[in-house]
Amino acid sequence: MTQLELQHLKKYYAAHKAVDDISFSIAQGDIFGLLGPNGAGKTTLIRMITGIIFPDNGSILFREKPFDPRNDIFNIGYMPEERGLYKKMKIGEQALYLAMLKGLSRSDAMKRVKMWFEKFEMQNWWNKKTEDLSKGMSQKLQFVTTVLHEPELLILDEPFSGLDPVNSNLIKEEILRLNKAGTTIIFSTHRMEQVEELCQRIVLVNKGKKILDGDLSQIKNDFKEHIFNIGFDGPLPQFESQTSTIYRQKDQIVTVKIGNNATPSDVLKEYLAYNTHITSFNEVLPTLNEIFIRLVEELKTTPAFSDAI
Amino acid sequence: MFKKTGLIIKREYLTRVSKRTFLFTTLLLPLLLFGLMIAIAYFSIESQDTQKIAINDPSGSFSSSFQNDKSVTFDFTTDVNKDNFAQKGYSAILIIPPDLSSGIDSVSLISEKQISIMTEQRIKSQINNALRNKALLENHIDKSLLDSINNIKQENLYKFSAVIRQGQKTEQSNAGLAYGIGFASGMLIYMTLLIYGTSVMRGVMEEKTNRIAEVIISSVRPFQLMLGKIIGIAAVGLTQLLIWIVFIFLLFSIGGLFLPAETLQSGSGLSTAMAGNQDATAAMEILSAKNLLLSANWGLIIPTFIFYFMGGYLLYAALFAAIGSVVNDDAQDAQALVLPVTLPIIFSFVIMAAAINNPQSSLAVWGSIIPLSSPIVMMARIPTGSVPFWELGLSIVLLIAGFIFTTYIAAKIYRTGILLYGKKVTLKEISKWLMRKS
Repeated sequence: MTQLELQHLKKYYAAHKAVDDISFSIAQGDIFGLLGPNGAGKTTLIRMITGIIFPDNGSILFREKPFDPRNDIFNIGYMPEERGLYKKMKIGEQALYLAMLKGLSRSDAMKRVKMWFEKFEMQNWWNKKTEDLSKGMSQKLQFVTTVLHEPELLILDEPFSGLDPVNSNLIKEEILRLNKAGTTIIFSTHRMEQVEELCQRIVLVNKGKKILDGDLSQIKNDFKEHIFNIGFDGPLPQFESQTSTIYRQKDQIVTVKIGNNATPSDVLKEYLAYNTHITSFNEVLPTLNEIFIRLVEELKTTPAFSDAI
Repeated sequence: MFKKTGLIIKREYLTRVSKRTFLFTTLLLPLLLFGLMIAIAYFSIESQDTQKIAINDPSGSFSSSFQNDKSVTFDFTTDVNKDNFAQKGYSAILIIPPDLSSGIDSVSLISEKQISIMTEQRIKSQINNALRNKALLENHIDKSLLDSINNIKQENLYKFSAVIRQGQKTEQSNAGLAYGIGFASGMLIYMTLLIYGTSVMRGVMEEKTNRIAEVIISSVRPFQLMLGKIIGIAAVGLTQLLIWIVFIFLLFSIGGLFLPAETLQSGSGLSTAMAGNQDATAAMEILSAKNLLLSANWGLIIPTFIFYFMGGYLLYAALFAAIGSVVNDDAQDAQALVLPVTLPIIFSFVIMAAAINNPQSSLAVWGSIIPLSSPIVMMARIPTGSVPFWELGLSIVLLIAGFIFTTYIAAKIYRTGILLYGKKVTLKEISKWLMRKS
């Protein structure tokens, strides 16, 4: 089933087009990466999905039905990038309050808050004020308040920022566990290594437009540049290759880019012909980070786009 | 929808009421005001230490006509001059030339320090009186006749009563009481508008800068969040008001308890009070103050006060909320934007001060009908009993329409402003948001 489908969404502000005709869909149970540089329109997109603002144009389908913010927002959990909590409120009260605003009864809310506090070892904090918490602690509290009502769709904007590796891992485990239990997750971040680790599908937006959409592995394949690492044992061969050019050389590994008319086999044959000891031969796929930077940089230099701003 | 707004109201109310500062202001403010009143009364009596003034009057024609009172005593001496009056313990010396009518020599008052304007006035009027008496006596007016004329005072000779007559109904009019109640209610509404209004604004700003607003409006509509805050703070205000009313009531009854019954009783007889018994005078004053207070039309004043208190608050709180939603952390920004809202409140106070002296002037009438100023101005007019029902009705309807209108406008500004960060918003942009359809 499709969890969420965006059709030709548009949101224009006086000075600029925050979201300009973006469509994509997210399958239920996916971990979906929503990527883009600062000011690309991610927050505006997320605000439309969470019913905070309405699109000027286009439509949103939630579970294949037109999105009805009044009811559907109870099935959505949203953790904004800029964390927000009442500083002077006790954290237990705060978690209860936010859960009840999501429609839980007081007793249900109490049960779940206790459960999560125990899980994150936060029981002793109940009567502490938020302003007394460290950044990592309040991050955990924010995560708890986001998932308390067990939403079907979880939207997390930079969920790991400010967390140490231990807590970061704790949250990651929880995200994966919720996902296994059926929760669809939209994950918005600049940290590409986390996207590569967690996401199955991604969408890249820039300047209000969608510039990339697809399976992570497919995208990496699409952007591959026929680059291979060859590992050697012993002295490196010195010869003028006909099939490839050396891209980089480090220790016993040579990185080569294969020429247009050659295949990996041709390269391997050529190297073997020089009587070398080859220990490894593998393709180097571009990292998402490289793809991201390449696409964003490319758009910057395209005149058509700077006109549109 | 209502359930969630209720949750928000409850949170606003409880977090504010449970704060220590709430207890502080609620209990200390009346005590402070009460203490201040007592202090003012005390010092206005005590600080008038008696001033001794030497009078050098060679003609001797004034010696019989200067009367001493609580604050000034006059001594006619010849051995004091302008060089030694200070050593002899006088605060000033008044030198009256022998022939006043010549108009050449001036009466001079010489002192080392500035003599208060009150004393100066008193001396002048004493001289005027003396001159008038002298003129009358010189023209063969009998001395005893003159004394009896000088002794004409309202309370010695006749009773005065002002009555207001509307159709068949007549009632005791008391301009002083109406003035007092009107001014006090107008002042109280003025203060609460500003205090609770800015409290709403600060609350909205806090939610915006804390970024909690975004979390909350992913669960409730912005309008609910705004309304919840406004109503929650209104409830805090009403609680505070209620505590104060109980407090004042208690103070009054306790004040009555301190005086023994006999003094109260003797106080009710005018004649004994005249005898100068201090206790009795005080008791009489309390008793008559009590009767006076009871004579006011509380049946009208209390409900209208509560209505204008709430109506005025709702009207302005919405505007304050809208302003809180558009400013960022910058306090200067807030100040510039809040001016268009505080200005009409301050202006209403000025109209109220004028209306209280002249409740039927067209400024007072219009000021009490137009919703921006009516909460403050109308309360100055109500106690005088001079507001026709159609004016009161129109004012009430307009105030209700007024706060619905400001809430509607504020909601439009609020829902855009609360999500807008890092941008200075101009009034032009705000007016654009207002034009936009929802």
